[in-house]
Amino acid sequence: MLEIVEINKSYQGESLLKNISFSIEEAETIALLGASGSGKSTLLRIVAGLEVPESGLVTWNGEDLSGIPVHQRNFGLMFQDYALFPFLNVEDNIAFGLKMKNLPQHEIKLRVAEVLAQVDMTKFARRPVNDLSGGEQQRVALARVLAPWPRLLMFDEPMGALDRTLKETLLDELRLILHQSHTPAIYVTHDQEEAFALADRILLLYEGQIVRSGTPADVWNQPGSAWVASFLGLGNILSGRILSIGQVQTAYGIFRPLNCDHQHQAGDEVSILIRPDVDENDSATYNLEGIVRDVNFYNNRYRVTLDDNLVFTLPVAPEVGGKLHLNLSETKIQCLG
Amino acid sequence: MKKFLLSAILVLLATACNAAQPTVQPTAQTTSLTVMTHDSFEVSADLIAAFEKENNVKVTFLKSGDAGSALNKAILSKNAPLADVFYGVDNTFLSRALDAGIFEPYNAPLLKTIPTNYMLDPTDDLLPVDYGDVCINYDKAYFSNRSLTVPQNFEDLLKPEYKDMLVMENPATSSTGLAFLLATIAHFGQNNYLDFWKDLNSNGLVVVDDWSTAYYSNFSGSSGHGPQPLVVSYASSPAAEVIYAETKLIEAPTGSITSEGTCFRQVEFVGILKGTPHRKLAEKFVDFILGVRFQEDMPLQMFVYPVNPDAKLPPEFVKYAQVSASPASIDPGIIATNRDKWISAWTEVVLH
Amino acid sequence: MRRFLSWLGTSVFLVVFFFYPLLRILWIGLTVKADQGGLSQAFGLIGSTAWFTFYQACLSTLLTLLVGLPGAYLFSHYEFRGKRTLNAITAVPFMLPTVVVAAGFNALLGPRGWFNVLLMNLFHLQIAPINFVHTLGAILLAHVFYNTTIVLKLVGNAWSQLDPRLGQSAATLGANPKRVFCKVTFPVLRPAILAAAMLVFLFDFTSFGVILLLGGPRFATLEVEIFIQSLQMLNLPLAAILSIGQIIFTLVFSILYSRLVTRSIAPARPVMNIPEKATKWSERVFVGGLLVIITALFILPMVSLPFRSLIRFDPAMGQRVSQAVSFTLDYYRELFVNRSGSLFYVPPILALRNSFGYACITMLISLVLGFPVASLLAHPGKMERALDPFLMLPLGASAVTLGLGYIITFNQHPLFFLRSPWLVPIAHSVIALPFVIRSLQPALASIPPEYRMAAAVMGADPPRAWFAVVWPLISRATLAAGTFAFTISLGEFGATSLLARPEYPTLPLAIYRFLSQPGGLNYGQAMAMASLLMLFTTLAILLFDRLRLPGTNYF
Repeated sequence: MLEIVEINKSYQGESLLKNISFSIEEAETIALLGASGSGKSTLLRIVAGLEVPESGLVTWNGEDLSGIPVHQRNFGLMFQDYALFPFLNVEDNIAFGLKMKNLPQHEIKLRVAEVLAQVDMTKFARRPVNDLSGGEQQRVALARVLAPWPRLLMFDEPMGALDRTLKETLLDELRLILHQSHTPAIYVTHDQEEAFALADRILLLYEGQIVRSGTPADVWNQPGSAWVASFLGLGNILSGRILSIGQVQTAYGIFRPLNCDHQHQAGDEVSILIRPDVDENDSATYNLEGIVRDVNFYNNRYRVTLDDNLVFTLPVAPEVGGKLHLNLSETKIQCLG
Repeated sequence: MKKFLLSAILVLLATACNAAQPTVQPTAQTTSLTVMTHDSFEVSADLIAAFEKENNVKVTFLKSGDAGSALNKAILSKNAPLADVFYGVDNTFLSRALDAGIFEPYNAPLLKTIPTNYMLDPTDDLLPVDYGDVCINYDKAYFSNRSLTVPQNFEDLLKPEYKDMLVMENPATSSTGLAFLLATIAHFGQNNYLDFWKDLNSNGLVVVDDWSTAYYSNFSGSSGHGPQPLVVSYASSPAAEVIYAETKLIEAPTGSITSEGTCFRQVEFVGILKGTPHRKLAEKFVDFILGVRFQEDMPLQMFVYPVNPDAKLPPEFVKYAQVSASPASIDPGIIATNRDKWISAWTEVVLH
Repeated sequence: MRRFLSWLGTSVFLVVFFFYPLLRILWIGLTVKADQGGLSQAFGLIGSTAWFTFYQACLSTLLTLLVGLPGAYLFSHYEFRGKRTLNAITAVPFMLPTVVVAAGFNALLGPRGWFNVLLMNLFHLQIAPINFVHTLGAILLAHVFYNTTIVLKLVGNAWSQLDPRLGQSAATLGANPKRVFCKVTFPVLRPAILAAAMLVFLFDFTSFGVILLLGGPRFATLEVEIFIQSLQMLNLPLAAILSIGQIIFTLVFSILYSRLVTRSIAPARPVMNIPEKATKWSERVFVGGLLVIITALFILPMVSLPFRSLIRFDPAMGQRVSQAVSFTLDYYRELFVNRSGSLFYVPPILALRNSFGYACITMLISLVLGFPVASLLAHPGKMERALDPFLMLPLGASAVTLGLGYIITFNQHPLFFLRSPWLVPIAHSVIALPFVIRSLQPALASIPPEYRMAAAVMGADPPRAWFAVVWPLISRATLAAGTFAFTISLGEFGATSLLARPEYPTLPLAIYRFLSQPGGLNYGQAMAMASLLMLFTTLAILLFDRLRLPGTNYF
């Protein structure tokens, strides 16, 4: 449905987006994940028509959108600070897009009531928007975006201003709504929790390019590069060098057998990912030792930091200062590119 | 930038304070006498200097606007008088001045010589000094160039060929303007004068605040080369034009319309302000004003006629100044009762 | 107890020098005994004057919006050469004394002004072709000159803080650019536009100097009529009635204003939009054309003034010789000369000294009285909230009314002040006080109490804590407020015209007197003095602007 082809954009002379290409199918939610300032918002604005790329195409069902102005694209865009119209109350805000379509009054009323119910804000219909809390404003913004039946939904870091518990509640609700509406959606964020919670497919944006694209499980299991693994916080990342096929040397010792991508040859530099969760029944394909520097309880496990700065999580707390011997199964160690 | 601005202000302040050296501090010996006048007051400098020397006094003149404004200022400050002597009340404002009770009576010795028809105040609070006729002046060249006849009376002014030609002063502030208004009331009567003014206003009447502006800015026949060839001024103004001309003139370039009832006789008075600490000096000054020297100086300074019959008129004055044979007049008592009402009605019709 | 004392000084001052004279006016106005004819004539006068006041204020406001709204758009959206300078220049007219503005327009468009002189010389005319002074057009133009900056600042600020995402949201929801403007931009700007329009209307309604000097005898607003009835007709009761009407109007209007404007919707998260240079051809035409108009409107009158004071065009009064145009410093030299035949018995330059003296005294009085009140209002309790509106009342009362009140009140036992020249700076202080308080209040309110607590914890006793912590933070605000008071006093004309003793003229009064006298010499001196006044006021304004306090809304 939506197809982005080779989009390029610079900002103040520096290249921001380089040859970005991807597509979205019907009822698919993709998350665009990347660090702050990496150009995610700019990409959304290009799709919406608010900015013009230096080269590249945005097409919808094959039709080139470059000649079509913003107000005719029927793409919904929800901003980080919601941009609710302060001079209108809740229901008038939501009705705005419907008014722009010049729908008759009773149809507008019906639709507004429908979306209000969808976001669970029916009681707030006549309130001025400045009186609402952050979470309530976010729901109204969502309702406003949904009301005019957009053919594409775009979210620009909408949860940025919310606290954790609120965020979790809203994420659940948003996922439900997205599934119900069958509308394709792009969700832009730097928070991987949000991305993983919502997306059918995750795209990771790094230095202007999409470095990894896949389902959440795919991306989680096969990060593909050191940056992705680090960004997602998947575990300890070591740099190493291939000694020979199946052997990688690191500062912590030689890992073997460890298969890296068959494209690599001896002498290449690679990264190693060591997942942090260690359980008692893990097979001992590899061994690791270290002195325990710090232990703290987190998420029902003990987070252990060794003095060589590696971090693992164990079910039992070891003694601080004592020596720790770890058995690492082969599922826990990956060779990245 | 801030520092620059601050220092600039300080420097300018210092310069201003330095430059303004007050020159009016009297020395220990001489006292000062303050005389409040209207703006048209003029007197020869050496005459005043002589008076100052003879009486060991420093005379300062407070020019305070046109006759009406000056009088009002004196009235408003009567509990804390601004001066010792007031010159410039005329017969149109006489009642207002007397009612306010701001003068002290002085039976000057010279009063005996002054003809009684000028002695309009029996209480001697205000003593007559000079008189003149308020008449319409016209620019001779303007009318001859266009082959227009000069209007002869009030009704003529309403004719379309004289549209936009007349400038007069606001009677609320200017005694000249008020005199003119009174002349029309004397002519048309209290019931009809407003109709005349309505018509005159439609015929392009120009109103300004005071005589100086009317004569020197608006009148085409004076040095101001203004737009209007007809101005409410004095019958003696044409003489001034001759006397002050750069090149010698045989004939006056302007004239006055002095037909019956079109002029109004104005008498000006002087009085000692109540509460003055310098009563004796004030009396001396009033004597000086009524005396022959000042009275003979007045015609060429202020273009008015002296009341003192012993004062001789300068020859140019005799030749070029005019008085009306039959000026309009209204009983001062009637003026007293109705003046404010007339002025308000006139303002309503003409200015609003 | 301390709170009470802080209020005491200022309250006593205001009661004696503002409320009591006002009550005297009320008393005289309400107890007037007039005959039937006089009464109906009076009501007729009041009615027609009120109508004219309202009419010219409406017209002026509309014209001001016509110039100001495109100007606000220009300043908030475009970057162009000289923008910063033009920004500062447009702020100056508002603070300029009315006599200076009148003199400026006179120098540009008056019968002896640049336009007429040039046209007369070009086409060899005898009579000045442009008849500008003493027309309604002069009044309207001067009002636009004065008040456009209000629209530029209030609406311009709001426009540049307008969150562009609002418009973008509207666009994604289907609004084309025209609909974005009507449905989003305008509603967001509406509070600012309303505030600006109401303020402009208020200032136009209470305008005095402009009407008096540029309108001439044919035009009288309520203010001018009060002046005329007081000084010329000596009809104090009628003047009192007119004053009451004026007070009622400004009171009602101030209440309306504070209700409508404070209830407006503030931007949730103000955004500073970055203006850019004009690129498209249509944009360039718009920017260029508007710049020409604004420059002509603001700069020409102010620049023609000093130039006019340095050129001699016409002969002295009474002479019949025509003289060639010549550059001359005579008019400035005349200011220092004590001519016996001149209008004042002292050199006119003393008016400058008097004005400065009065301005310094005003600054001191209003700072001393305003400071404690401002610090109380910065952290208001119940008493402050109750007393606040009374404090702001002098803002609405007309200066002429104040002068009239003083004349009535202080000319008899036991308040025998009328002879005192001190009455002038006191009147100025009453007028300046609300502005001073409003300048100081936000600065004082913005100091977190934690600062003083931190200083105390580190060992400073209360006076030291104040000097070490509070004073550095508010010294700029204090200087700014003082400058404000200084400028107001320097240019004040309404009250001063009624109160000043002839031996202590102020600069605006001297200018007024010289302007109403004919003759090249008088005119030139008026221009010279007006140029000086303009210079000093401008310096003070630039200083005030440089201090650039955050959130300084004079309103």
